[in-house]
Amino acid sequence: MRLNFLIDDEIARRVRRLELPFNAYGLDPYGISQEYLSVFFSLLGRLYRGYFTVRSHGVEHIAEQGRVMVVGNHSGGLPVDGAMVLASLFLEMEPPRLAQGMVEKFAQRWPFVSHWFSRVGQFTGLPEHAERLLRDDRLLMVFPEGARGTGKLYKDRYKLERFGTGFIRLALETNTPIVPFAFIGGEEALPTAFHLKRLAKLLGVPYIPVPPYMLPLPMPVHCEIYYGEPMVFAGDGNEADEVIEDYVEQVKERIRGLIERGRVERRSVFGGARPQKIQGATISEKPDRDDSVAERGEVGS
Amino acid sequence: MKVLITGISGKLGRLVARRLVEDGHSVLGIDRRGWPQAPDGVKMFHSDIRKRPAEEVFRTERPDAVIHMATVTHVNAGPEERYRINLRGTRTVFDHCNEYGVEHAIFVGRHTFYGAAPDAPIHHGEADPPLAVSTFPALADLVAADLFAGSALWRFPQMSTTVLRLCYTLGESGRGTLANFICGPRVPTVLGFDPLYQFMHEHDAADAICLALDHKLRGVFNVAGPQPIPLSLLIEATGRTQVPIPEPVFGLALGKFGLPSLPSGATAHVKYPIVVDDHAFRRETGFTHRFDEIETMDAFDR
Repeated sequence: MRLNFLIDDEIARRVRRLELPFNAYGLDPYGISQEYLSVFFSLLGRLYRGYFTVRSHGVEHIAEQGRVMVVGNHSGGLPVDGAMVLASLFLEMEPPRLAQGMVEKFAQRWPFVSHWFSRVGQFTGLPEHAERLLRDDRLLMVFPEGARGTGKLYKDRYKLERFGTGFIRLALETNTPIVPFAFIGGEEALPTAFHLKRLAKLLGVPYIPVPPYMLPLPMPVHCEIYYGEPMVFAGDGNEADEVIEDYVEQVKERIRGLIERGRVERRSVFGGARPQKIQGATISEKPDRDDSVAERGEVGS
Repeated sequence: MKVLITGISGKLGRLVARRLVEDGHSVLGIDRRGWPQAPDGVKMFHSDIRKRPAEEVFRTERPDAVIHMATVTHVNAGPEERYRINLRGTRTVFDHCNEYGVEHAIFVGRHTFYGAAPDAPIHHGEADPPLAVSTFPALADLVAADLFAGSALWRFPQMSTTVLRLCYTLGESGRGTLANFICGPRVPTVLGFDPLYQFMHEHDAADAICLALDHKLRGVFNVAGPQPIPLSLLIEATGRTQVPIPEPVFGLALGKFGLPSLPSGATAHVKYPIVVDDHAFRRETGFTHRFDEIETMDAFDR
């Protein structure tokens, strides 16, 4: 591959430590490639450390091996959160793990995107894919809000949209623990002022976010990821909708709690390029202009 | 056991026939192409499966099992011809099987049945619908033949029917759908797409068909070998050159500049993967492939 010059040696070493069944060509049975992963995570690693200066809290809640579903809030026009969660689990876990996202359908129709997503294990969000990956003891990254989450406007930041229920049934069917997480910063990285609806329709994408500065590129804001304790629900996935919705609400509540905690503990949106040490639940020096923590009266988790 | 193979002169037909003779079965073959060097133990009938002499073979020879491989898979044959052979032929063969007391009929179909589409799952189970009808209309007759053969399971319950959906086969023969696509020095791909391709060694495919016969399988089964690999790697590992072509001009470039010509509708199969889940077949028959993906490509490239 011509992009090999981008590969960071440390990243390449971590890719080799991934516990996936790679063949002699460095390909797993799904076509995930060690070489592509090395380029992919070299780029994501730079964004993670140098651009979004992400801090991850509680990665120890994710098991070193075996099936796991990480489930969190989706935000910010472009899926910066998805990319940074992938980087977080790859860079912060020992040994590293590859999280596999469930991608919007249009991605497979686009040249290069289709090719790259297929080689780095980011498949279309189909129940068949999710179930097969979990049965193969993979780590699944799920945003139950889907495009509803990333497609919301800045004024609705950190409000959770309706969650799909499929992920709970799947977790029950496959006996998979759910690790809830909150992603803080995505909303400010690409604040959506409005959407280009016609162009989106033309390109076959769910929406095109336009921030106040017009260019749909994420800004280098500090981001935080909070992973919570694993949740295990009892059942076989054939429960009534009522029961499932109750489980979904429990997961949503935990994510809401993590978001509140994260918004209290976070650094200022910009500035102080190096991540600072967390000091309990103290508020960062510069109070957030948009701080709405008190609204729901649930600070901390 | 007396086994009749239709389409015996094809690549897989010959391999299966040889294996069955080695295993001590008596083999009959029907093919309009003939097989001059057929080994001892194979009784050849030079005929078309839809014609009267073919029925006479059923009537006088009374085979215990039939392996139906007389289907046209290359799409250059024209829709009329394909329809006549693939659909009418399959119908005739299964009717004869029912009428002349055949105990076990095997239909050898293709995994392209499932079709390639951007929103299809990577792996297909046997219960998945045949997307090929819409994504690749030229394959409609093969899809219909596959489903028609499967209907024998309820129409002729006294007979065991097996429908096998084989992934692409490669090997020393250098023949087959995938082999035709990558036979030249330059292989066209769609720029920005690199689908997984699933193929197995032709000897493994022949083994699988024989195993289905030994186990007198009933039902529909996907058959595959080693793990799938990206098309780009298949091209590189077999010593070919990949020619990525932007999709808008892909159709125009085919058949020119030494590139193979493909029927319209094939583009989806160069953009998206078709991979089958073959767990059920392996579980029922204990099948394991002998050749991994590297050995299979080496065998083709030799």
